Amino acid sequence: MSRTSPPAPLDYLRRWPLRAWVAAVAFFLYAPLVTLILFSFNESRRNIVWTGFTVDWYMQVFQDDGLIEAFVNSLTIAAISTVLSVILGALVAVAVWRFRFPGKAAFEGLLALPIVVPEICMGVAMLVFFSRIMPWPADLPWPLDLGAITIAHVSFSFPFVAVIVRARLLSFNRELEEAARDLGASEWRVFLDVLVPHMRPALVAGALLAFTLSLDDFVITFFTSGPDTVTFPVKVYSMVRFSVTPEVNAASTLLILITVLLTAIGLKLQGKDIARAEGGA
Amino acid sequence: MARTLISIRNITKRFGNFAAVDDVSLEIAEGEFFALLGPSGCGKTTLLRMLAGLEMPTEGTILIDGEDMSRVPPNKRPVNMVFQSYAVFPHMSVKANVGYGLRIEKVARDEIDARVREALALVKLEGLEERKPDQLSGGQRQRVALARALVKRPRVLLLDEPLSALDAKLREQMRSELAQIQEKVGVTFVMVTHDQDEALAMATRCGVMHRGVLQQVAAPSDLYEYPNNRFVADFIGSVNLFEGRLSVDEPDRAVIETELGVAIHVDHGVTGATDATLWAAIRPEKILMTHRAEGASPPQEVNVMPGIVRHLAYLGNETLYEVEVAGARRIKVTRSNVARYEERGFSGGEPVWLSWHPRAPAVLLS
Amino acid sequence: MEQDWRQSRGSFLASFGPPAFWLTLFFLVPLAIIWAYSFGRNISMTEVAVTGTLSNYARIADPVYVSIFVKSIGYAALTTLLCLIIGFPVALAITFAPSRAKAWLLLLIMLPFWTNLLVRTYALMAVLRTEGYVNTVLGWIGIGPLPLLHNNFAVVLGLVYVNLPFLVLPLYAALDRLDRSLLEASLDLGAGHLRTIREIVVPLALPGILSGLLITFIPALGSYLTPDLLGGPDSQMIANVIERNFKRANDWPFGSALSFILMYLTFFAIAAQTLLAARRRKAGGEG
Repeated sequence: MSRTSPPAPLDYLRRWPLRAWVAAVAFFLYAPLVTLILFSFNESRRNIVWTGFTVDWYMQVFQDDGLIEAFVNSLTIAAISTVLSVILGALVAVAVWRFRFPGKAAFEGLLALPIVVPEICMGVAMLVFFSRIMPWPADLPWPLDLGAITIAHVSFSFPFVAVIVRARLLSFNRELEEAARDLGASEWRVFLDVLVPHMRPALVAGALLAFTLSLDDFVITFFTSGPDTVTFPVKVYSMVRFSVTPEVNAASTLLILITVLLTAIGLKLQGKDIARAEGGA
Repeated sequence: MARTLISIRNITKRFGNFAAVDDVSLEIAEGEFFALLGPSGCGKTTLLRMLAGLEMPTEGTILIDGEDMSRVPPNKRPVNMVFQSYAVFPHMSVKANVGYGLRIEKVARDEIDARVREALALVKLEGLEERKPDQLSGGQRQRVALARALVKRPRVLLLDEPLSALDAKLREQMRSELAQIQEKVGVTFVMVTHDQDEALAMATRCGVMHRGVLQQVAAPSDLYEYPNNRFVADFIGSVNLFEGRLSVDEPDRAVIETELGVAIHVDHGVTGATDATLWAAIRPEKILMTHRAEGASPPQEVNVMPGIVRHLAYLGNETLYEVEVAGARRIKVTRSNVARYEERGFSGGEPVWLSWHPRAPAVLLS
Repeated sequence: MEQDWRQSRGSFLASFGPPAFWLTLFFLVPLAIIWAYSFGRNISMTEVAVTGTLSNYARIADPVYVSIFVKSIGYAALTTLLCLIIGFPVALAITFAPSRAKAWLLLLIMLPFWTNLLVRTYALMAVLRTEGYVNTVLGWIGIGPLPLLHNNFAVVLGLVYVNLPFLVLPLYAALDRLDRSLLEASLDLGAGHLRTIREIVVPLALPGILSGLLITFIPALGSYLTPDLLGGPDSQMIANVIERNFKRANDWPFGSALSFILMYLTFFAIAAQTLLAARRRKAGGEG
């Protein structure tokens, strides 16, 4: 192999100062997380010295009823929220993409509000809403008792889905729609057979985003949940407030794992969809 | 005899296993207008960028005015480049663009103004100092890029496909203008292009590249009439290639027996192995086409063959014919339209004689 | 391209209706109620009367609260600045990396971003506390345990830690869109790297840079978890005060007023950025 040439002027990454900087930043970002994961397997309670490998803390997590219940709640809320968010997000994206209507600019601004408004503001607004204006009945059976949280999650998720779907719609060739109409399809059929398939990568991406947003949310959930309707992040928060323990490490590691897994799946699916789209187009 | 300004010695550029530029050596004299010519992907732009300092060679050295500049960064070389996309800074006015390099050299304000004005006059853009690039046409933006590079009085000016983005009329105009500017300013120009008409018309010497290897460096007429190999013969202009074997090789004549059964006689000897395969290259304009009557004898004894016109393309100033000869081979022949009409033209299906002078073919060993 | 809504009333209502209804009932209405409450007062433990009073807003003018707002804006601004300083070279390095490395580098930077905020903040707690990793390592070389947690330092560090990926991605997007030959031309004309960045890269990428700064500033400003877990008694930010008034003090009108001030600050930042971007587009930069 020939010796490599010196870096070209714009080959910034090959210059050692920048390389060192990027490495330092990566270390800064990852070191706390990596140590957290590592010490979730540490035998010692005290977290500093490594005394041995164990999965005891994970066993504790799996036996902690409160945690398990919170986790199941989180999954349920995320699932329902995702379904509703994708539906609403897709609908509104299509509406805004396709139609001209009075007040459209204002509506589009409104649609961006949940993305822009600070979470705490939305959290307290939901708190007030669900305790004074539309009180959510207190003793509903599961999963209906999670309704308030779910509704709140949908409200801040579906605009994100709308943004993603809208971006995808911009690349839609209207002639496909016209061809379908020309062949006799009704509006509804056109929507199902032509538009939805084109939107699919965006729907998948949006669904994953909505699921992650819901699963990870703390602030808004904190204000809309009650003592009987606790989600996983809220439960972990109450554990964290008190101390740094390996059990919390284990619970946190599980949370990281789930998020990373979901994102990886999402990227894979997106990559496949994009490859297919580019291959076909 | 002008002295050598740029000395490129055994320059190689590798990307992984792929050699974009493979052991190229070249000397460019001061005041020359040199063109690097070749199809896309042949490495000419990579070589140009190495001259500019925007790429670093894997092996080899580049000397400019005797100094080793191989590893010197672009901002420290006495070389300036006109980019293919012009790269005119969109957020600065014409004046600011042209004066940018002078500002960096910390030239005094009024001297900058004077030199900028001079440069803009040279490229015929006076009066447009305050305009922004998005208010200029493509051709005007190119002139700004040219002025911006020339105002720094570099030893070498590099041009990356300068005319490729212009329309035909503008291209012709810029061709002569660029040549005039070069003569006036006296700076050594090194131009990269894939258009051989451009290269032949503008340059004093051309280097033809193919797959990273320099094929031939010569003046335009020499490239055209004395190509080194089949690639150069085919790349520059059109050519008819005949593969064959040398049957006679004497100091003042040689005969090549071709696959078509026709013997090609040339009026010089061939230095090279007698038994090897070689090629005779005859350009379309050097083949004479005459009518062939039933049972008539050929117009000359050697260097002649019968054929039938199969296709013609009227190009205005000349007509390009495709003539089918032995072995279903098609020969390209061009005829200048010297008169507005002729009594008996050549149409499809017409039987003809193709003949040429012994001085017409170029003998190629590779 | 767009159709008038009346041409396809049914489809329009089917697609526009449900989202609009949801947005109104479950977003606008709650916000409107908060807004109304900000002009009210507590009559009893559970009742709020909207009386149109400005007393809540007046109370915010109290130096105690003003200082919290100022501090929050300061933290958010400092965080944004630090993220810019740390993140700009990273974005630059990624932009000019070979394409294969690019994807991996982006993934590297974005992966922590996808991790739960709570987990990331908690991880920092483990690092910064007195028996935490940093202090343990410092202990090995003889430096006494430093108070790294539950103070302003920890809050800013935490905000930078959490928001850094937020800035790198838009910075990268803005830099990547630049025409590379412009940078090469600048170098070719004799400029050094710093000058090229200052005179060519920044002015041309400025709109992207500004929007990146904005989407880092806003979440930092409204941060709740980070100051809550990492901060000390005097590191409170706006969100913490709002939470206290809603959950513990039960002073909903005051909390609502605080929330709205936060929202106005957010909108102000957005408006400022939009105006700046529009003005730059018109002026077009140096002449």
